[in-house]
Amino acid sequence: MPTATKSAAKDTPSAKLSDATLTQWLRDMVLIREFELRTMAAYQQAKIGGFCHIYIGQEAVAVGTIQAINKDDPIVTAYRDHGHALARGMDPGACMAEMYGKATGCAKGKGGSMHMFDKPNWLFGGHGIVGAQTPLGAGLAFAARYEWEVLKKSLDGGKAKKKVALCYLGDGALNQGALHEAMNLAGILSTPVIYIVENNGYSMGTSIERGTTMADKLYKKAEAYGIEHRTIDGMSVTQLYDEFKPFVDILRDEQRPGFVDIKTYRYQGHSMSDPQKYRTKEEVEQFKERDGISSLAHHLMNERECLSEDEFKAMQKEVREEVMAAVKFAEESPEPDPATELYSDVYANPQPNLSPMRDYTQGQKNPLL
Amino acid sequence: MTTTFATPKPDFSRTPSRNGDRVIQFREALREAMSEEMRKDERVFLMGEEVAYYNGAYKVSQGMLEEFGDKRIIDTPISESGFAGMAIGAAMYGLRPIVEFMSWSFSLVAADPILNNAPKMLYMSGGQWGCPIVFRGNDGAGGQLGSTHSWCVEALFSNVPGLKMAIPSNPYDAKGLLKTAILDDDPVFFLESERMLGDKGHVPEEEYYIPFGQAHHMREGSDCTLISWGRPVHFCAEAAEELSGDGIECDVLDMRTVRPLDIDSVIASLKKTNRIVIVDQSWPFGGVSSEVMAQICEKGFDWLDHPPVRVNTEDVPTPYSKNLEQAYLPNKSKIVAAVRKVVSG
Ligand SMILES: Cc1ncc(C[n+]2csc(CCOP(=O)(O)OP(=O)(O)O)c2C)c(N)n1
Ligand SMILES: [Mg+2]
Repeated sequence: MPTATKSAAKDTPSAKLSDATLTQWLRDMVLIREFELRTMAAYQQAKIGGFCHIYIGQEAVAVGTIQAINKDDPIVTAYRDHGHALARGMDPGACMAEMYGKATGCAKGKGGSMHMFDKPNWLFGGHGIVGAQTPLGAGLAFAARYEWEVLKKSLDGGKAKKKVALCYLGDGALNQGALHEAMNLAGILSTPVIYIVENNGYSMGTSIERGTTMADKLYKKAEAYGIEHRTIDGMSVTQLYDEFKPFVDILRDEQRPGFVDIKTYRYQGHSMSDPQKYRTKEEVEQFKERDGISSLAHHLMNERECLSEDEFKAMQKEVREEVMAAVKFAEESPEPDPATELYSDVYANPQPNLSPMRDYTQGQKNPLL
Repeated sequence: MTTTFATPKPDFSRTPSRNGDRVIQFREALREAMSEEMRKDERVFLMGEEVAYYNGAYKVSQGMLEEFGDKRIIDTPISESGFAGMAIGAAMYGLRPIVEFMSWSFSLVAADPILNNAPKMLYMSGGQWGCPIVFRGNDGAGGQLGSTHSWCVEALFSNVPGLKMAIPSNPYDAKGLLKTAILDDDPVFFLESERMLGDKGHVPEEEYYIPFGQAHHMREGSDCTLISWGRPVHFCAEAAEELSGDGIECDVLDMRTVRPLDIDSVIASLKKTNRIVIVDQSWPFGGVSSEVMAQICEKGFDWLDHPPVRVNTEDVPTPYSKNLEQAYLPNKSKIVAAVRKVVSG
């Protein structure tokens, strides 16, 4: 595990973290993995519908980046979003129930796998259209800066503070005009948004080399907009954190945008229906050897020596039970009632004659609020 | 300066007279609406191309930079998809953006954010986040601008649930409706017209808001109902005047908003006249006039003495040549002919 050894140097940000903190990160990553394994099983049993994209392999990215920001920094992501939702603290039951299309889901069953929203945890969505979240990310950062600079207090009346917004995107989204417009705007207006490319090497079956120019120098795309950048290995969460955390701190302080190319890998197919003809088993194995969960577990067990094999096993067992409870919750939850839910949440301020079909209503309160 | 950030409900109780001598231009009425709301709520800001240092491509925002500064009157590059999406993100966060499109024709490159994000965010998030935002700008033929620049987006965009759409025809309504739009918690598509920005009319000093979904009953008549929204309302008024000379009296309604659509007033008028002509400056296929006709069939069929007739722009791309463009647009004589047809039939 060469990456783990590297980050064990005493002066790195991750070296200063407590054993308990890193053990929690390990648990966060295990939670995502176990959750996704159950998601796949549920999808195969047709309990989950629609498109469903699995985060397994990329866990270190969501956990490492989210741990580098504050709880009230806004984040927004694409459709491969279960990992971000969980890393941000979404209740696994609400996440699973959403995919089951249940009334107890984070979006009351109106969003689905690709559209996870969690207001209390500042997750402004999973977004299904490739690249669509990138101007939104600039806008979240714009608003956070406006709050600090123009309103001079937070929207809830509290003290104003400098924030950053994280905006995740796949390598495929590098080729969407929206991102380029958003980066230019973020540059011009100096909005503190950090574009995090989760570079897993493929957009569906298109390898990054076939999809974008300068595939091995993605930072040049950010340079074109005057945006500072980092290129970071995303398999080791500690190494990722060591490079990402100081970058975030600078951008927060100086209130300007950033761009990070994080090299990662998805072990599963693009979505639940992908025979994966475009890559070799060997390639997948190479990345699995550097697996984020195994390497952090190794670090904690063999270098920090703060976690025993048995404790790790117990952690995994506990997480599995938590995920099973989430599945049970989703299974047992009621479906949304069309009588109250179909025509609610369309308008915040419903009024007569908005539709020829019938009047809109205010729906059930969202379970997360 | 506001100390809390609650949005008040618009006060519809004040309905100052439409007649008076405080005559200002349509663009000034829009500016007054924005400025008044910006003074009251610091979360409101204006963003768009040339809105700040150029004072507005059509001078709607003239002087606003001076009053509010460049943190709240924000020039953007020519990047509609980017800045529309950015403003939506800011609205989700809790600000209340006004986005100016130089022309709604240019909003087509921002179709994904304005149609896929703004009107759907509340639903997709299960009620967690709405999108309190106003998109506004020029809609319709400006005058020999050709097909790329003459879009009437109401037909396309009003199809989408989750948004509201206002299309004022005069300064008084423009101000009252825009103030309501800024206070509304839903995305409002506010359609103006380059051809009307210089129109003058009385706009009272007193503050007022105009509710959405209430048509303005412009003229009483018992022979034919004539309805429209936006610029062609004026052609309807001219046609009604001419027809009156021949003893044909039209009941004229300015719908003011198309979503919500005040179908109740349309049906009430129809019960009186039993005949209706609908004037719509967008294309006929699957448009607002088709929607009005459909709703009339659903709700007022028994009161019809003649099939409803619509006057739309001709069903072709907008031509450049002056005479072709005139032949393309709805106008007084087309409306007069349509009314004569329904009253004689
Ligand atoms: C505008 C748009 N075009 C196409 C699609 C279909 N689509 C969904 S995911 C995807 C690949 C995106 O790959 P990438 O951005 O690398 O993200 P990853 O799946 O690797 O996380 C495509 C083409 C879409 N959702 N949106
Ligand atoms: Mg990818």
